[in-house]
Amino acid sequence: MSSYYFTIIGTNDTPLYELEFASFKLGGSGASQVPGKSQFSNNVKEILPFVTHSSIDLIEDVQWNNNQFYLGKVDSFYGLSVNAFVTQGNIKFIICYDNGNGRYDENAIRQFFMETNELYVKELMDPFYSVNDALTSPDFDLRIKLLAKKYL
Amino acid sequence: MPEDNIILPVSASMSKMTIQDSNKSQFGYNPSIGASSNEITPTTSSILLNKTVSLNPGVSKSINKKAFEVSLSSLSFLFCEIVNWSHKKSKGIQDLENRLNGLGYQIGQKFLELSKTREGLKYSKREIKIVEILQFIHSTLWKGLFGKIANELEKSQDVNNEYMIIDNCPLVSKFVNVPKDYGDLNCAAFIAGIIEGALDSAGFFADVTAHTMPKEGSPLRTVFLIKFDDSVISKEEQTVQS
Repeated sequence: MSSYYFTIIGTNDTPLYELEFASFKLGGSGASQVPGKSQFSNNVKEILPFVTHSSIDLIEDVQWNNNQFYLGKVDSFYGLSVNAFVTQGNIKFIICYDNGNGRYDENAIRQFFMETNELYVKELMDPFYSVNDALTSPDFDLRIKLLAKKYL
Repeated sequence: MPEDNIILPVSASMSKMTIQDSNKSQFGYNPSIGASSNEITPTTSSILLNKTVSLNPGVSKSINKKAFEVSLSSLSFLFCEIVNWSHKKSKGIQDLENRLNGLGYQIGQKFLELSKTREGLKYSKREIKIVEILQFIHSTLWKGLFGKIANELEKSQDVNNEYMIIDNCPLVSKFVNVPKDYGDLNCAAFIAGIIEGALDSAGFFADVTAHTMPKEGSPLRTVFLIKFDDSVISKEEQTVQS
């Protein structure tokens, strides 16, 4: 069962939204665990924001040579992989995950990013929201989690 | 002049939530706490699995719908109010243009993302070249905003970093009649702001200004002069080389 750490980074390199979760698809890890709760150990949890942040440089190197929205895997760090997506307005979606058991689905991550982009744009249409504000809406949080459950 | 801050492009207004703000609805991210504010708990997990939630119906609507038609009268009245409101607060012609530009800026930032998403991310590309983003603004963005594409897109022959988008009759200035003593005020500064916001958020930093340049048959013909920052030009040259 993979765990994921998803972040939306604004144009000033500040995080606008974070979410830690695990795959909702049932693994062999028994019923004692809460489905969807991330399984990162505490010392991995601490470095997740750093791994994410250090990948921003790599993304900025790639984003002017690659005209796709989804940039694929951009970085890896001791068993953690980092995939990224950049919107036209330079908002970065970054996901860190451990694929220890080798089961990870590139297409699922792509789909997750695409639909997240749509949710983000809807949030952006809110007159009380301006670019680079933190995404604090409960509805947005809920919908991202539903997407996480659907795809990852 | 603290009042001037009101409509300048506000891009970095962090949320004002604090650590004490509790999570009433089980969902929602709190930037002061970080990822542990919205981690998945037994309660939220069972809500997600059993789908016992009511989603906000407004957000469920697809944003990919074709653009709606808006009556020209209501748009003109709204723009009339915008100009009037900015005019009352402004200290001069330049200031009024800056205010209109600032109001358009945020629309540009938002509309860029919306029109790109409407185009469909699967088949479209991110614009990473100056000419491509300008063509996108000139055609797709313009069509979404005004129902037609802009008339011309030109590169300045003398200056390397200047481009021009030309509209023979900008929709918002159709019913604007600038008094003689207002000099070269052009209310399409609002549209210039939209272009500037879109370019800036796409990573092409630029200054955009609107100038009236009447031609025979189209007295409202407006040139939007786009001056790119030097960093944008040098970045483009680097990627061409590599």
